[in-house]
Amino acid sequence: MNNLLIDIKSKTYPSAGRVKKVCAIENLRFSPVRGEFLCLLGPSGCGKTTLLHILAGLDKDFQGNIEWSNHKQPDPRIGYVFQQPRLLPWRTVRENIELVLPPNHSSESIQTLLTILGLDETQYTFPQRLSLGMCRRVAIARAFAIEPDLLLMDEPFVSLDAPTARRARNLLIDVWSQRPHTVIFVTHDLREAIMLADRLLFLSASPSTVISDIQVSIPRNERKDEERVEQFRNQLLHAHPETADLL
Amino acid sequence: MMVFIAEIHSGQLPYNLGVTLIRVATSFLLAMTLGSTFGILLGRDQSLDKFFDNWLIIFLNIPALVTIILCYVWFGLVESAAIFAVVVNKLPNVVVTLREGTRVLDRDLIEMAESYQFNKTKTLCHVIWPQLYPFVIAASRTGLALIWKIVLVVELLGRSNGMGYQLHLFFQLFDVASILAYTVAFIGVIQLIESLILKPMDRHASRWRR
Repeated sequence: MNNLLIDIKSKTYPSAGRVKKVCAIENLRFSPVRGEFLCLLGPSGCGKTTLLHILAGLDKDFQGNIEWSNHKQPDPRIGYVFQQPRLLPWRTVRENIELVLPPNHSSESIQTLLTILGLDETQYTFPQRLSLGMCRRVAIARAFAIEPDLLLMDEPFVSLDAPTARRARNLLIDVWSQRPHTVIFVTHDLREAIMLADRLLFLSASPSTVISDIQVSIPRNERKDEERVEQFRNQLLHAHPETADLL
Repeated sequence: MMVFIAEIHSGQLPYNLGVTLIRVATSFLLAMTLGSTFGILLGRDQSLDKFFDNWLIIFLNIPALVTIILCYVWFGLVESAAIFAVVVNKLPNVVVTLREGTRVLDRDLIEMAESYQFNKTKTLCHVIWPQLYPFVIAASRTGLALIWKIVLVVELLGRSNGMGYQLHLFFQLFDVASILAYTVAFIGVIQLIESLILKPMDRHASRWRR
C-alpha cells in the first residue's frame, strides 16, 4: 500500500563565507501511506522546508532516495503550497491557476475549485489587490488544480487570524476528502496538526530525524470539537514527553 | 514657423528626418537585442560577469566622440561604421540595466515554476519576462534619448544626409530659424514615440500593481 518511501541519509549546506557547514537532515526515513494526511512537526529551522524542497525535486543535492513504488505514470504530480503564496503578481487569480495546468484543461474543474474556495468573485483580480488570506487560498487552489499525487504544504496557514485559519483548514479537509491523496503538511501548531492529520511525525532539531510517529485516533467528524482535540493533545504530551520539548 | 512649413514643403526636412529615424531605429534595435542578451547572460553567470565587469565600466565611460572618430577612421566613412559607432555607445547602458534586472529576478517564483513543471517557454513568458519588462522599458527610454543625440553627432561628422548633417550646414550659414525648425520636428517625433509606444507599454506593464 505504501507508494512513497522517503529515505534521506544526509543533506548538508556547504559553508559560505563565515557561515559554517550545516547538516540539516540526517537519517530521515518515513513512508506515507497512499491517501494519508501526514503532519510534520518540529522546532523551527529543523529542516522541514528543506525536506519539502527535496520532495518537490527543487533540491537535488542530497544523499538518499525518494522512491515511488507501484506508480503508473512516469512522473508523479506534486502540488506545492509554499510558506508564502508565491503567486505571479502580473497574472490574475484565474490565470495563476490556469498556468499550472496543461493547455487542454477543462475550465469547469477550475470553476468548481474557485467556487469551493470562495474565489469566484475575485478570479479576474490581480493578487496584489487581495488580502494574504485570499492569496493563500489561491495558492491552495493552484496546488489542488493539478490533481496531485502528493501535496506538499509548508505552513500554509501561518500568520492568518484564527477564524480565517479555521475556515481555511475546513476547506482544505473538504477538498482533500473529495479526492484523497497523500498530503505532507508542515506546521508548528500541534492543535492544527491534530485537527488535520491521520498521522503525526515529530522531527528533532537539526540535523533532523524522526523522533516519534503517532496516529491520530480521533474520527474525522469529531475533529471540529475543540475539547476533543485538546484532550488528545494532553494525552499525547503526557504519553510522549519527548515531543513537548520540540514545540 | 514659416521656415518650418517651407522646409516641410521643400521635402528637405521630411527626407532628412526620415534618414535619421531609420538610423535611430536600426541602431536602437541592434543595441537593445545585443545588450539584453549580454545583460541577461552576465546577470546569470557570475564568472562571466566578473570577467566583463571592468570592460563594461571602460565602455560605459569612453566618450562618444572617441568611438565615433575611431569607427570612421577604422571602417571608413560608411553607413555601417556610423551605425556601429552608435551601437557601441549605447550597448553598455543596456547591458548594465538588464544585468541588474536579471540579478533581482525572484528566486521564489522561479522555484514555483520549477515545482509545477513549467517548460522553458512558459517560464520565460510568464515568470521571467514580466520581471525584466520594466528594465527593458527603462533601457528603451534612456536609450532612445542617448541614441538620438549620438546619431546626430555621427551624421555631423561623417554623413552627407540626415538631421545632423543639415544642422551642421545651418550652423555654417548661421541660419538659426532653420535650426529651430528642425528642433521642433525633433520634439514632435519624440512626443509621438513617447505617447504612442512607450506610455502604453508602461501602462500595460504596471496594470497589476496596486
